[in-house]
Amino acid sequence: MADLSTTFIGIRSPNPFWLASAPPTDKEYNVRRAYEAGWGGVVWKTLGSEGPPVVNVNGPRYGVIHGADRRVLGINNIELITDRPLEVNLREIKSVKRDWKDRALVISLMVPCDEDSWKDILRRIEDTEADGVELNFGCPHGMAERGMGSAVGQVPEYIEMVTRWVKQYSRMPCIVKLTPNITDIRKPAEAAKRGGADAVSLINTVNSITSVDLDNFAPEPTIDGKGTHGGYCGPAVKPIALNMVAEIARSAATRGLPISGIGGVTTWRDAAEFMALGAGNVQVCTAAMTYGFKVVQEMISGLSQYMDEKGFASTADLVGRAVPNVTDWQFLNLNYVTKAQINQDLCISCGRCYAACEDTSHQAIAMSPDRVFTVKDEECVACNLCLDVCPVENCITMRELPKGTVDPRTGTVVGDYANWTTHPNNPAAKAAAE
Amino acid sequence: MASTPYASGVVAGRLAPSDYAANFADHAPPLDPHEARVAADRCYFCHDAPCITACPTSIDIPLFIRQIATGTPDAAARTIFQQNIFGGMCARVCPTENLCEGACVRMEAEGNPVEIGALQRFATDPMIARGEHPFTRAAATGKRVAVVGGGPAGLACAHRLAMKGHEVIVHEAREKLGGLNEYGIASYKAPGDFAQAEIDWLLRIGGITVRTASALGRGVTLDALLAEHDAVFLAIGLGGANALGIPGEDAPHVQNAVDFIARLRQTADKAALPIGRDVVVIGGGMTAVDAAVQSKLLGALNVTIVYRRGQDRMSASDVEQNHALTAGVRLITNAVPVEIRADGAVVFEYSVEGGSGSQRTGQTFALPADQVFKAIGQTLALPAGLMAEGRKLGAGHLGGRLWAGGDCAAGGEDLTVTAVAEGRDAAEAIHAALIG
Repeated sequence: MADLSTTFIGIRSPNPFWLASAPPTDKEYNVRRAYEAGWGGVVWKTLGSEGPPVVNVNGPRYGVIHGADRRVLGINNIELITDRPLEVNLREIKSVKRDWKDRALVISLMVPCDEDSWKDILRRIEDTEADGVELNFGCPHGMAERGMGSAVGQVPEYIEMVTRWVKQYSRMPCIVKLTPNITDIRKPAEAAKRGGADAVSLINTVNSITSVDLDNFAPEPTIDGKGTHGGYCGPAVKPIALNMVAEIARSAATRGLPISGIGGVTTWRDAAEFMALGAGNVQVCTAAMTYGFKVVQEMISGLSQYMDEKGFASTADLVGRAVPNVTDWQFLNLNYVTKAQINQDLCISCGRCYAACEDTSHQAIAMSPDRVFTVKDEECVACNLCLDVCPVENCITMRELPKGTVDPRTGTVVGDYANWTTHPNNPAAKAAAE
Repeated sequence: MASTPYASGVVAGRLAPSDYAANFADHAPPLDPHEARVAADRCYFCHDAPCITACPTSIDIPLFIRQIATGTPDAAARTIFQQNIFGGMCARVCPTENLCEGACVRMEAEGNPVEIGALQRFATDPMIARGEHPFTRAAATGKRVAVVGGGPAGLACAHRLAMKGHEVIVHEAREKLGGLNEYGIASYKAPGDFAQAEIDWLLRIGGITVRTASALGRGVTLDALLAEHDAVFLAIGLGGANALGIPGEDAPHVQNAVDFIARLRQTADKAALPIGRDVVVIGGGMTAVDAAVQSKLLGALNVTIVYRRGQDRMSASDVEQNHALTAGVRLITNAVPVEIRADGAVVFEYSVEGGSGSQRTGQTFALPADQVFKAIGQTLALPAGLMAEGRKLGAGHLGGRLWAGGDCAAGGEDLTVTAVAEGRDAAEAIHAALIG
């Protein structure tokens, strides 16, 4: 069986599945049970400064997006950082870590953006024997209004400054957690690196309103007739997160900076995708909140089976393996020609491919009176929409036209690799040639 | 009264009172909102959906299911009623396994269709229960149309004509409207007097006058109707039952299954209905199944359906057949009735199907019977002055100002949903003729 143990910025854990800083990691009771269920590590829910803890709303904290059969696709929350006293959290962290030395335990921190506040909190967590700290520069709601969370994460200079303080006043490995609520994820990652961060983790939640109550005309979750934007997470945000992880992994300025991948990890496959795009491990929250701690057991068995099938001895064999294949559009091979093909044995004749293609794409699927659907190669641009909307897996596939054959749509012969940079329609290419 | 399951002869009260209540309760209880949501989520919203094609009334099924899934069941009900004003009854009695659900692409995918019938009931029941009629009449046209027969075809026609602003007079031979909905459907398929509740709701469109105990040759004549109305729609159903043509058929314990079913429907206290210990039903259609199953539910100990051809030729669907078998009904096929003996028993002869039809084998057997129900099909009782095309009236426009539809007319299967479609389409044709 494949070895799932990982060492992430010097922190060892028996598997790459950590619980993200969030409600599931709020207290000793939860964290012990999470470890018992098999989670490799935990990022303790964000601690704030000493003093009266923050308070949360006393109405609903979460909103949800459902798929078919009320499957949870995304959750948004307006919960703040821990609302329990600092001393209680520190005592519990120490107690848990003493009993679970083989598991990772990282403390998430969020204090006001001044040197003394950070110096103080780092001093206080010193003797918990936690493995590291994660700087919460990500939460987009509530705390951001007080100049913390994403208010810091949206200003690269602040990220760099605070990270520098943390590295100056603490020996602990430092992960900087990034907000996706910015235009270019590479900038905050570069700032974290400049400040001396050992790693970045991403994404934190996406600013969002999940739904509107159409009777009370208020955003949900609704507190006494009013609502506010919250942080969106779960399977729905995974594509956003994957792209941001990949951008950091392939950018020259940040290449090699360890990444903890977060955002909609629900199955082993999601985790493997994050890792292939450069994440050294993953953090999970929504899947645990939806299905409970036990869900990690499928992640462990699934990743293990996959790695065995691929012959990967350790997670290091997987991490970053897809990064070289993430490129810019301009470098994609314009002479790679495919055509959709429909497996008539698998087809259930629902006609969704036809509706999608006929109404919204390239009119490249024919429908016979007895409901047989076939692809018109002379019209098919291989957009993939038919495959995407087909309810039957592998019923529609893409067939690559071999080099030297004629594409019936364009009448041209499929040639060697060639991309936009040299394409005759590209004005820049002409300029270079002249 | 003590229950008497083993008593011979035809006796009432074979079961405990609670058994009757349980046996004749809704055999397919309605979906609750959660079940409906889960069922609706399975619809693929197919392009040019096969289920619509398979529905004789062409209900836009993917649309109404999506309307349920998005929390607007009343909009779903309107989608259904637009095509089929008897959407409530059809949700209960349609052989969906042969129609919409049989065509569902999920059958191809996993052999388990979207529960279209149950979803249709989920959408339509609340609006009918509230007595909220979804349509309003167009301005009066001054045209008068007579509808003969107050079953699904006649009422569907009357409703559509009334909607278009015509004045409609419905003549119904029996005491109550509804036709087979009221007299021919198994009790457990439409309990709670649903058929009458649905008709009361249907008549809220207004503009429909009902004359019961009125039929051709009984109070009215076709000539008189034609003289007094701008058009006449005949939906008289199939009044006659086929006979076996064997010795002993006239014995008092031999009845038409349709009469048994009708009496059962009209009897509120099922415990008062006498039933035999040994019951034999002859036939292979839905009427045979309904008579057999309900005999069983009334406490008959041994109920046997005997069909003259092979099981694959039975017109009762697989679902219906399984329903009978699950109820404990015995099924014998390839056996032809030859005689009803003086002791009540029915003698059958086995037959085999060969290239030139079925061949008698000479091998016989007898089934003891306290009651025998004949369910070998119904025939048109041809009104005076009309010509039949084969065994039925012609379909649709018969010429002049006369139309026909439902079971009495040629074309389509003898199903409630088919009758509704024919009534509706005749109304559209009549409207076009009167206004166009």
